[in-house]
Amino acid sequence: MHILDSVNAASLRSDIPEFRTGDTLKVHVNIVEGKNSRVQVFQGYVLGRQGHGVGETFTVRKVTFGVGVERTFPVHSPILEKIEVVSRGDVRRAKLYYMRDRHGKAARIKEKREFGK
Amino acid sequence: MTATRNVKGLLGTKLGMTQVWDENHNLIPVTVVQVDPNVVTQLRNADRDGYAAVQIGYGQIDPRKVTQPLAGHFEAAGVTPRRHVVELRTADADTYNLGQELSVEVFEAGQKVDVVGKSKGKGFAGVMKRHGFSGVGASHGAHKNHRKPGSIGGASTPGRVFQGQRMAGRMGAERVTTMNLTVHAVDAEKNLLLIKGAVPGARGRVVLVRTAVKGA
Repeated sequence: MHILDSVNAASLRSDIPEFRTGDTLKVHVNIVEGKNSRVQVFQGYVLGRQGHGVGETFTVRKVTFGVGVERTFPVHSPILEKIEVVSRGDVRRAKLYYMRDRHGKAARIKEKREFGK
Repeated sequence: MTATRNVKGLLGTKLGMTQVWDENHNLIPVTVVQVDPNVVTQLRNADRDGYAAVQIGYGQIDPRKVTQPLAGHFEAAGVTPRRHVVELRTADADTYNLGQELSVEVFEAGQKVDVVGKSKGKGFAGVMKRHGFSGVGASHGAHKNHRKPGSIGGASTPGRVFQGQRMAGRMGAERVTTMNLTVHAVDAEKNLLLIKGAVPGARGRVVLVRTAVKGA
């Protein structure tokens, strides 16, 4: 839908770092409670990215106290204060749904080794 | 019958749907309508025509395709011929001038509007799609019978099918009005209207946006 690119351009954020499935992120989320707003950090690995353009979302999964927690954010959402890439993951799938069935040692993601950097 | 309400309206082209963020960081689905300036092509008043209305024109047309009567009609208004013409009954028709340009700024954000368009043609559609019938069971011995309407009436009494019995047939490609949509934003620079929600018709089709008939 190239006709609407100019409309969408206003909604797209340019300050989002490049990240892909398997990367570990720190997502800084702005939370508004009444009048106060604070920043909450959600750290986990990217389970997958869905969609494209202004409606693109990504899902971050983490395991806290043995309970898996997944949160889906729109990539261009204004509630995202910032996104920090903690580490790059070496994965061979676009969607890591198989990680939901894994526990402990099996639920690790190999870190990507980048040479020449 | 005379119009007692002040109706504003514009013709535009539906460009398609997208999403935008509002000030509360909610994602709003919007339909983008391109509203290039409309012109007033004729004014009707109670003395001469029996009712007050304003006729507006929109869209480009090849001058060779304009018939002589229509060419004269547009010339009387002092404007170049337009592709689409529509009449709006409004009480304040005398505030308009012939040949006046109406821009997208007729509307403002937050306003309620109705959008009139021609729905997408669905072709020859069965009763389930066309009238929302439940169809016939998928199992329990149903044979080649799954999307049929079932009974359409009695037997020798009344001996006929009643008029108005809903059956399969042509669906869509008809005038549809979606009421009480909210104008999310007005882009005067690009002549765009962002209307919250869906609007009848396919992309690229002409729609009429006018102030809401019902509601506030």
